[in-house]
Amino acid sequence: MLKRAQALFLRLLSPAIALAMAGGVSAESTTRQLNMPQGVTEVSQAAYDIHMIMMWICTVIGVAVFGFMFYVMYAHRKSRGAVAANFHENHVVELIWTIVPALILIVMAIPATTALLKVYDTENADIDIKVTGYQWKWQYEYIGEGVKFMSELRTSQDEIYGRAPKGEHYLREVTQPLVIPTGKKVRFLITGNDVIHSWWVPDFGVKRDAVPGLFTAAWAKTDVPGIYVGECTELCGIGHAFMPVVVEVKPEAEYNEWLAGKKEEAALYASTIGKEWTFDELMVRGEEVYERSCAGCHQSDGKGIAGVFPALKDSPIALGAKEGHIAVLIDGVAGTSMQSFADQLSEVDIAAVVHYERNAWGNDVGDVTQPLDVLNYKKNQ
Amino acid sequence: MAHGPATLADGWGKYLSRWLFTTNHKDIGTLYLWFSFAMFIMGGAFAMVIRAELFQPGMQLIKPEFFNQMTTMHGLVMVFGAIMPAFVGLANWMIPMMIGAPDMALPRMNNLSFWILPFAFAILTSTLFMEGGGPNFGWTFYAPLSTTYAPDTVNYFIFGVHIMGASSIMGSINIIATVMNMRAPGMTYMKMPMFVWTWVITAFLLVAVMPVLAGAVTMMLMDINFGTSFFDAAGGGDPVLFQHIFWFFGHPEVYIIILPAFGVVSHIIPTFSRKPLFGYSSMVYATAAIAFLSFVVWAHHMFTVGMPIAGELYFMYATMLIAVPTGVKVFNWITTMYRGSLTFETPMLFSIAFVILFTFGGFTGMMLSIAAADMQYHDTYFVVAHFHYVMVAGAVFSGTAAVYYWLPKWCGKMYNETMGKVQFWIAFIGFNITFMPQHFLGLAGMPRRYADYGLQFADWNMVSSIGAFMYGGAQILFLFNVVRTIGWGEPTKDPKVWEGAEGLEWTLPTPAPYHTFAKPPKIK
Ligand code: HEM
Ligand SMILES: [Cu+2]
Repeated sequence: MLKRAQALFLRLLSPAIALAMAGGVSAESTTRQLNMPQGVTEVSQAAYDIHMIMMWICTVIGVAVFGFMFYVMYAHRKSRGAVAANFHENHVVELIWTIVPALILIVMAIPATTALLKVYDTENADIDIKVTGYQWKWQYEYIGEGVKFMSELRTSQDEIYGRAPKGEHYLREVTQPLVIPTGKKVRFLITGNDVIHSWWVPDFGVKRDAVPGLFTAAWAKTDVPGIYVGECTELCGIGHAFMPVVVEVKPEAEYNEWLAGKKEEAALYASTIGKEWTFDELMVRGEEVYERSCAGCHQSDGKGIAGVFPALKDSPIALGAKEGHIAVLIDGVAGTSMQSFADQLSEVDIAAVVHYERNAWGNDVGDVTQPLDVLNYKKNQ
Repeated sequence: MAHGPATLADGWGKYLSRWLFTTNHKDIGTLYLWFSFAMFIMGGAFAMVIRAELFQPGMQLIKPEFFNQMTTMHGLVMVFGAIMPAFVGLANWMIPMMIGAPDMALPRMNNLSFWILPFAFAILTSTLFMEGGGPNFGWTFYAPLSTTYAPDTVNYFIFGVHIMGASSIMGSINIIATVMNMRAPGMTYMKMPMFVWTWVITAFLLVAVMPVLAGAVTMMLMDINFGTSFFDAAGGGDPVLFQHIFWFFGHPEVYIIILPAFGVVSHIIPTFSRKPLFGYSSMVYATAAIAFLSFVVWAHHMFTVGMPIAGELYFMYATMLIAVPTGVKVFNWITTMYRGSLTFETPMLFSIAFVILFTFGGFTGMMLSIAAADMQYHDTYFVVAHFHYVMVAGAVFSGTAAVYYWLPKWCGKMYNETMGKVQFWIAFIGFNITFMPQHFLGLAGMPRRYADYGLQFADWNMVSSIGAFMYGGAQILFLFNVVRTIGWGEPTKDPKVWEGAEGLEWTLPTPAPYHTFAKPPKIK
């Protein structure tokens, strides 16, 4: 408390000290940036340019209008002996200040229109990536490549709740970033799985709502490799602030290497799905999955939030037959925020997390759930 | 024969039934104003919780679940509970006195439209104490977050919104009926005071869009409880439809909030400039133009939803147009001050701040109207800053100015000028410390409705929170000043109160008697 107060005092006293104290938060961070970023694409540059034009026009008008107003407030005050005039109309002046702003607007509409045309120029893409918003993570699918993965927040609950110091990438780090190559026109096809999310990468000038049942398109093409961080910008529930977007732009050769690696991974996974897992292996993996994908609602202690998210500890489903439990994860529960995880988690992960839920927090069922059980359930559907 | 109102001296029973059953426009105005202030304090308390949590990165005081309930309740309570009833209260007090009418046209409905409001808000706030918590989907309650994914208490929210809507519609009908039928002989439309004009136009907006809001929540109710899928993509519905319906209500709603505020300022600035309002008729036409345009720009709130480009362009051009009539109003106010004889009492200070800060919010509004740039601004703190400049420094400042301006007329006692000025400066500085940095936060990339944020946003959030506590503190001074005035204020010496005041209300004795204009006044 005292430390906080002291920090506050120092900051109030001198912004310079604050700058020095908190300086160098992170390499790619936009520390204490005041303006819109120019970004690295044509679209973000266009947004920046029109933003600056508007800002300057408003500044000029503002200085003129308020300047006049302050002059009036100074010169025509009663205490300086001002005597009120009695005019209350002047059609010429009134006409002028209706027409001149209208003309300014017409002029501004021209760059505003060209900028918007750029945003909508989604034709002729080299690469198509499907972006799906989930509560509370993003899924990226490289269309036609057989590569698909989830991108989730990596910052720990301990950092968020102040039980551990916050890392330099606090809330700006994910399990797997989206990777795209330089020099290629990438089209994003954006949709939502449950509620509406919004996929925003400021440095690309791309912000699109991810609406269930609807696909919208946006695009980016850049020559500047780097890591670009964005956010979810449509309120989507309790994890809204905890589903950042991270995009890594790699030179083309590196990108191709990365993509090949991803494909190999997928093949490798398919070949090992039949493996028998031990009780303890599943517990370890299950806890990991649980913390990442389930604890947001059902809480780390499995007790849920009364009236909103049911408890899993001592729940009849968790303690009953494992098929019933698997069914909930694969199919979701219609009409509630319990979504289907069939598309989000691998068979191994689903098996592990079911196993974990059946054997954690005093739920001592004692059996083992194998990936094969999950696969069988899917086959029998 | 007119009888006086019951006072505490007549016993509690009589006193309470006076307020419960009153049909007197002044009593009902007073009830609205106190109710509004209570809601302002409650909504303010929610804001303080939000700003305290956002004081530093990380979750310190509350959980994200409760944070979302706070942002939602703050927005709902401030818009529907604080700002709208405040101006209905002012309308009740002032419209009959300004047009020379003895009371509102429909006094019993007037009583009803007020007394259902406390129930609406009791229902709404009670959800905070229920299992599942209060509404947590934002004041814009986008489906399906507010339908399929909402807590069960959403049904109480829907019921509450229905009651508020009914109250607003009744209030508006009453105002329209009063102004159309009860003007003193000789008071033609183009002689009506600006406050009356802005309120009639607002009342028409309300009657037009409140049913749309009611339709939206009814469709939600059906989706949640009766298996329809208006907004559920899985059942063939469309979540975007919800947004179109909501904003068809929502954009006129923001003008419902600001037009009466324009009216108030159009009275105060001439009074303290000792000079008639410049360009009265262009003010009337500009107000009507703004009201008309407000129906045809709604999708500027949806630039990122993926509309076809033709739609985007249309809504962009239409929105840019609003700047023209809005500009006319600002120029008129400033020209009213030009070559006046200015003094700076508390109501004037708030009105001048209104003109400056509202115009600032108008500038950011113009920036937001540019669709390509809005793709970067949308749903960030830049938008939060924009609408607080127009709604707090706009509507709330003007409401505060109105209370200081007319309070001496209402109760025949003068408020403490020094305290008023101190309140003004704390509010003015606190407001700007709170909301100016939010522009920077938004441009630098901080989305709105975030319970937690990255370290790069820490400094401005802390500054903003400090400003918010300061602004909150100024309201305590306001309450104190008003209560002190009513209880122990100096009696006003001049019945006209302000040297430069013009209008029928100032021809009445001070304090204004319980019944006024039993005989219509003569209008020159
Ligand atoms: C020159 C006049 C104005 C223009 C051009 C304008 C334009 C806009 C635009 C384009 C947005 C959408 C921003 C976004 O979500 O990305 C917006 C938001 C908003 N504006 Fe204005 N505005 C103006 C005046 C006002 C006034 C007078 C009010 C109310 C008193 C107001 C209240 C709001 C509110 C409440 C929102 C945010 C709604 C929400 O998403 O929660 N605006 N404005
Ligand atoms: Cu709007």
